[in-house]
Amino acid sequence: IVAEIEKKITEAFEVFDRESNKTVDVRFIGSIIRSLGCFPNEAEVQELLEQIEVEEPGGFIHLDQFLPVMTKVLLERRFWPIPEDVLLHAFEALDENKCGYITKEDLVKHLTEE
Amino acid sequence: AFKAAVLIQQWYRRYMARLEMRRRCTWRIFQSIEYACEQDQIKLHNFFSYLMDQFTPSSSKERDFISRMFVSGESYKEAELEKYCDYESIEVPDSYTGPHLSFPLLPHHATALLEAFKQKQQLHARYVLNLLHETRKHLKQLPNISHVSTCYSEEVTVCGDLHGQLDDLFLIFYKNGLPSPSKSYVFNGDFVDRGKQSLEILIILFTFLLIYPKEVHLNRGNHEDHMVNLRYGFTKEVMQKYTVHGKKILRMLQNVFCWLPLATLIDQKVLIIHGGISDTTDLDMLEKIQRDKFVSVLRMKKRKESSRKPELQAINGESKSETDAAGNEAAPRLSLQPQSAQAPSTANRLEFSRWLRQTVQEQIDTCRRLVDISESEPEELTYSSMVTLKDVDEPCWTRQEEWKQILDILWSDPMPQEGCRENKVRGGGCYFGPDVTEKFLEKYNLQFLIRSHECKQEGYEFCHNRKVLTIFSASNYYEIGSNRGAYVKLGPDLVPHFVQYQANKTAHMLTMTQRQGIPVALISRVEESAFRALREKLFAHTSALISAFKAYDRDNTGRITLSNWATAVESVLRLGLPWRMLRPQLVRSTEDGMLEYKSWLDDLAMEQRSQEHIQSSLLEVIYRNRSNLETIFRIIDRDHSGLISFEEFQQTWKLFSSHMNIELTDDGINDLVRSIDFNKDGNIDFNEFLEAFRLVKQCP
Repeated sequence: IVAEIEKKITEAFEVFDRESNKTVDVRFIGSIIRSLGCFPNEAEVQELLEQIEVEEPGGFIHLDQFLPVMTKVLLERRFWPIPEDVLLHAFEALDENKCGYITKEDLVKHLTEE
Repeated sequence: AFKAAVLIQQWYRRYMARLEMRRRCTWRIFQSIEYACEQDQIKLHNFFSYLMDQFTPSSSKERDFISRMFVSGESYKEAELEKYCDYESIEVPDSYTGPHLSFPLLPHHATALLEAFKQKQQLHARYVLNLLHETRKHLKQLPNISHVSTCYSEEVTVCGDLHGQLDDLFLIFYKNGLPSPSKSYVFNGDFVDRGKQSLEILIILFTFLLIYPKEVHLNRGNHEDHMVNLRYGFTKEVMQKYTVHGKKILRMLQNVFCWLPLATLIDQKVLIIHGGISDTTDLDMLEKIQRDKFVSVLRMKKRKESSRKPELQAINGESKSETDAAGNEAAPRLSLQPQSAQAPSTANRLEFSRWLRQTVQEQIDTCRRLVDISESEPEELTYSSMVTLKDVDEPCWTRQEEWKQILDILWSDPMPQEGCRENKVRGGGCYFGPDVTEKFLEKYNLQFLIRSHECKQEGYEFCHNRKVLTIFSASNYYEIGSNRGAYVKLGPDLVPHFVQYQANKTAHMLTMTQRQGIPVALISRVEESAFRALREKLFAHTSALISAFKAYDRDNTGRITLSNWATAVESVLRLGLPWRMLRPQLVRSTEDGMLEYKSWLDDLAMEQRSQEHIQSSLLEVIYRNRSNLETIFRIIDRDHSGLISFEEFQQTWKLFSSHMNIELTDDGINDLVRSIDFNKDGNIDFNEFLEAFRLVKQCP
């Protein structure tokens, strides 16, 4: 099973690997993690990055560093999907006027204020 | 409330990430299928080799048929060309409402043409031929490498592949302005094929070339080659638009293409070529070779040898013959022109194949020696590289080396790894690494290279430390929304400025809203198209897939794990795609993580619904080899009528099926023909036949 997980991670990684040299821009790590089925928030992504120990200032992550960390994440089922009803509650909590939607500005406000 | 917001953000980010992944996967699918298609050229070569080496014809008809396959069609001396493709005798009727051209061309002719093409009008054949004649006259005077200076025209605009997409050319002119004394343009090849308005693009480009010869520069691309045009649609386009004079136009075009310059140099600092370079690219050689001798880069040309032995008389009395250095590994296509009088009688099959083999071998051997200089066209002996010559009468390089120079320039691709290796994917040219680029730039004191040849999502892309720039001007190349096109402007500082665009209203809106979020509908559409193509490919390899799956299913349960599925599929298709990522789109239902592969393959087959009654293994073969079959049909159809006789059709099938080791009886072929129901007067419209198996190209 571990081998299969590793293959999956490698595949996702390679899709973002522009020059086929086993590195991706650090900005894409979040996307890769998410397309593997996880739902981390930004803080959690940062934590993971710290674990991976980015060395180069250029901001590239190598597959060899990413693989073990990510494999653990998948095995431990961290950042697992949020059930839909919970998501619905979240929307309802922010939608004070009960109009069925929230605006981007509202969301930004809630995220930036404490 | 904060927690709620974070939750939503998490979900949203995940959604965006998935979209991005889907977009990239779709891109990969299109790209890998496109390049896999180019491998078909190699298969075609193998087929011809098979015919040479292993197949023995069973009748004189068969022998003639095969011989004809290798006769490439008449080649003309210049005077004969002018006579055959003459335009003056062609009358333009009063009923013609399109634009009229008179020579020398003036700016108002260009604007008239642009307007006419916008109104979907067609230029009369007489003017087309006239234009081609004048273009050829002009191109002949140009050197192999054009020189452009930014001090004359301040800025130079460089455009990449257009591939018959006229809307993109209109967009470029709209955004950047028409060519003029103050607006220089370089068009870097691949004007034709794939798109449906290749001819219109050529007409416009040639017109501007003649009106503003100092400001407009054209480079030859790998698609400016009639052998490639046979496969990729340009030949068909011309014959459909010009039913009466199409053949003449195609002949003239062959001649015009070979006179296109090979490269452009800006300020002696920036080199523009269509494909790339190799570790043997030599600008001095490139400047000196006679580029018109290479009508098609896919076959090597050789000049007549006065001292040739009688058995080698493989020339149809003309000054050009076509042979191929079969020893050379990159993109050769075996061809020869046997004189029918020389072919032995069919009574002795062995003799036939021996004769065939012998003739080919002799031609190969001759190629390997240095070319003789024929009396009529003495080569110049003023090359600087001649210093090392021992024998003054011979040039210091072979025709073979010249051919490789051109092949590399037109077909190579950059790669991230160092070194230089054969480009087996395309079947021609090299993959060249950053070290090759570095050495080359240093050797000739250049700043960077501009090339095209590869589709890029943003229309342009740097690589090799920004020393190589790829510029691609055909937007929506694979599908609407697949990519943008771009052009690059260079001023005296030689700093590139890019302009991107997308020729389609909905796709245009896409780029505007890309910041906010990619419209899912558009991604879905492109994705749908990609997956349809992929499913077709999977179907085409059904038998191979079943074998591969069975290898993982020793107990014959009919099921395999998804992990093994991915490995098996890659081993068969070899497309280098992320199958585990793509799986949800390709495999609908699984039980406990296992797939019932037989029913999955049956479902795939169901999608190719229209051809139910045809034996499925036959269908597979057709799908897999459609592109090659089409090329072979076109080669046989020498008068470009789109029709071949039923007998020729049968013959082709017989040969092909014996090569592919398929059982196909005469009844089988008849069934095939009948089921498609297109047989007209004993002739077969092979376009219709192939259309029946073509991927349905939507684009409402």
